[in-house]
Amino acid sequence: MDGQISVWTDVGQLDDIPRLGSRVVTTPAFDIAVFRTGDDRIFALHDRCPHKAGKLSQGIVHDESVTCPLHNWVIRLSDGLAKDPDEGCSRTVPVRLRNGRILLAVGGT
Amino acid sequence: MNMISPRRSRLVLVGNGMAGVRALEEILTRAPHEFAITVFGAEPFGNYNRIMLSPVLAGEKTFEAITTHPRSWYEENGIELIAGEAVAGIDRAAKTVTGGQGTTRRYDVLLLATGSNPVIIPLPGHKLPGVIGFRDIADVETMLAASKSHSHAVVIGGGLLGLEAANGLARNGMDTTVLHIMPTLMERQLDPVSAGLLKADLISRGIKVVTEANTKIIHGEHRVEAVELADGTHLPADIVVMAAGIRPNVALAKEAGLACGRGVQVDDGMRTSDPAIFAVGECVEHRGALFGLVAPLYDMAKILADRVTRTAESDYLPSVTGTRLKVTGIDMFSAGDFTGDETTDDIVFRDAARGVHKKLVIRDDRLIGAVLYGEASDSAWYFDHIRNGTDISAIRDTLVFGPSVGGAGTPGVEALPDTAEICGCNGISKGAILAAIGKHKLTTLDEVRARTKASASCGTCTCKVESLLAYALGGAYDATPKVKAVCKCTTTGHDAVRQAIRAQRLKTIPAVMRAVGWTTPDGCASCRPALNYYLLCEWPGEYIDDSRSRFVNERMHANIQKDGTYSVIPRMWGGVTSSFELRAIADVVDRYQIPTVKVTGGQRIDLLGVRKEQLPDVWRDLNAAGMVSGHAYGKALRTVKTCVGSEWCRFGTQDSTAMGIALEKMTWGSWTPHKTKMAVSGCPRNCAEATIKDFGVVATESGWDLHAGGNGGIKVRVTDLLAKVTTEDEVLEYAAAYMQLYREEAWYLERTAPWIERVGIDSVRTRLSDPALRKSLQHRFMESQRHAQTDPWEQRAAGVDAHEFRALAAVE
Repeated sequence: MDGQISVWTDVGQLDDIPRLGSRVVTTPAFDIAVFRTGDDRIFALHDRCPHKAGKLSQGIVHDESVTCPLHNWVIRLSDGLAKDPDEGCSRTVPVRLRNGRILLAVGGT
Repeated sequence: MNMISPRRSRLVLVGNGMAGVRALEEILTRAPHEFAITVFGAEPFGNYNRIMLSPVLAGEKTFEAITTHPRSWYEENGIELIAGEAVAGIDRAAKTVTGGQGTTRRYDVLLLATGSNPVIIPLPGHKLPGVIGFRDIADVETMLAASKSHSHAVVIGGGLLGLEAANGLARNGMDTTVLHIMPTLMERQLDPVSAGLLKADLISRGIKVVTEANTKIIHGEHRVEAVELADGTHLPADIVVMAAGIRPNVALAKEAGLACGRGVQVDDGMRTSDPAIFAVGECVEHRGALFGLVAPLYDMAKILADRVTRTAESDYLPSVTGTRLKVTGIDMFSAGDFTGDETTDDIVFRDAARGVHKKLVIRDDRLIGAVLYGEASDSAWYFDHIRNGTDISAIRDTLVFGPSVGGAGTPGVEALPDTAEICGCNGISKGAILAAIGKHKLTTLDEVRARTKASASCGTCTCKVESLLAYALGGAYDATPKVKAVCKCTTTGHDAVRQAIRAQRLKTIPAVMRAVGWTTPDGCASCRPALNYYLLCEWPGEYIDDSRSRFVNERMHANIQKDGTYSVIPRMWGGVTSSFELRAIADVVDRYQIPTVKVTGGQRIDLLGVRKEQLPDVWRDLNAAGMVSGHAYGKALRTVKTCVGSEWCRFGTQDSTAMGIALEKMTWGSWTPHKTKMAVSGCPRNCAEATIKDFGVVATESGWDLHAGGNGGIKVRVTDLLAKVTTEDEVLEYAAAYMQLYREEAWYLERTAPWIERVGIDSVRTRLSDPALRKSLQHRFMESQRHAQTDPWEQRAAGVDAHEFRALAAVE
């Protein structure tokens, strides 16, 4: 986040999100979708498909991707890139897992 | 050449079963015009494959599919069939046979193929209604009917027949217990280790097994109620199947004064003590031995035909027989002497974790017996070694691993003899498959399946059938599967996946992916919902719905809209509402400031623009007014559209509204491969547009016309007529059976219209017109509904899946 200072914010614990599932963290500006993969890795993206702004948090999570519920675009969780042949990118949000707690780099000054 | 002799000899066959009819076929191939043939059969049908009664009971096959000789076969061959009349007596002096209704026929040659009767143990209570054997289609129908209205079954006898009966009853939802008097199951075919594995497999299928069970009394007032064992155990029983063995049916022969021991005694030429009378099949006693398996009966039929037509002086010699259990998913084979003695050696292979056990018995470098359990794909190869008595000393060290390992082993199916069995479930030989490929010009696996039934049950022999196709067609065979894969994660098609779920009893999505070979770790958005549906359909009440494999609408129980809000449609039974419901809906709209209210095409009201976090509250308020989820978001029963019908309309002939409500009350909550819509019109003017619905009902003066496979979407398709019925109960029975057939057979995301175009309306119509099959489908549907009819809105309003509707956190 260019020029901005973010802080790590504790938004909950790993088990608050079902495996192969997603939960939303709201901020005043936008919603963030936080994903948990089948092998318990955590990713976070803006909850907005690059195609028609579908809520990615409502999609089906598989491997390291999520399929948008509106038109089935497949978005890679690690970098937010749409899978071929679609083109587009959802913004990622830095996320960390520490002692079972989920920390997001949002907020701050 | 004079083809027809001036006066043809008269041949009469008593017993229209597998052995007798096979003997006729053998005779007809040798001397097509020599005899004027009459067949007496006690059952009112043509001939059917009695071995396949078990799959009929298990719901895997229809009676039609196991009919081998329909009435037309007799006509085509100029054979007189007297079906439904058992023979009452033989007059050997006059050479006549007389039926129970007085029909008399003269014979020059008489064939007895009277078969066998189940041994009914004369326990107290054995004559009570509900105590039956397992020998013919009537027994199967009794069992299917019992499974519909009753819940407890007891099978006496843990042999081949008893276990197949138990499996069938359990598959029909009955709580089934097998009582076996010996310490281990199938002791005549299995060694104790395999029998133990079998017992565990049956228990995992929900069948209870009691060994060393000494049955004492069958209790019951007007029909069977319970079975009591010698140790005092009481088992509730609505039906008792006696499968404690068979006894040759010799009554007729004995009364005619033919020499009988335990069976009708025959010489090596299948001739009885009267030179004009031959006998074949299970009624026969040959050199003191009795017969219960099909292979020796077919051998006897050949000898008999040689003798009757005087084409050869051949003799019947007893041969080794092999046995398989026709329980889909249980792979087992046994042949020859599998016990052995001090002059034999055993080779044993065991992999307990995979449930595989193989025992080979060897004497003087010859294989004399084998038991294969859990992995019997090489049974034909072993069976050949046993029958041919080949010297196995050179391959002894790898014998137990089968032909693909040993250097001297046969390379593949092309090396097998024509008699080698390829499909164990259906008893189809290599020769039969090759003949069908040649005769009917078959080029694909599905065609072979449809024509021969090979590989159509459990699928373990699919590779062999494909190899045979490749062998028969040479370069013309294209092995690329013509099936559409479920998705890009696999090359397997929908049918094969469902078959694997059923046969291997797979109960979780990861288990299916492992068993069928998925290339991705957890599938994708296409296959996961499909697998979730297939598991839900196969294991009702047992499989736990995986919400992570549900498309958002089915997970949220509302329709996501383009702005991320949802729409809510409560159920309006048959399109009927009331001022009370409308007021409650209006209050909900005001309270939650729902922006749009729209009347849908399915005669309901749609509330659009509800925010995710509002959903549980909206539902709670609608629930409070008695309204439940309309499943407008699901691959599920959507709506049953109706017209006002005879209650108000001057043209109406029946109460279509009440019919629609009854249909909706029965079918709501069911998950289907794709959305399912119904409609009921009260007269042929068809105001409810029932002929473009998945299931449409149109009232007539005399009853109801049932229509199937309509669609009003992108590609409009008018329904096909499914049946005409008279009562409301019949409408409901057909509807339930049709829903279940669609649920079990269509691919995920396949509407009824393309499904019916794929399988053909005739196939659907034929199966639903079979009362036994229709009832068993209905039974499975209602059983599934027992677990499906809970309102998902009520559950979520009460807190289920609360995390779906709330943000994880809010960051300022």
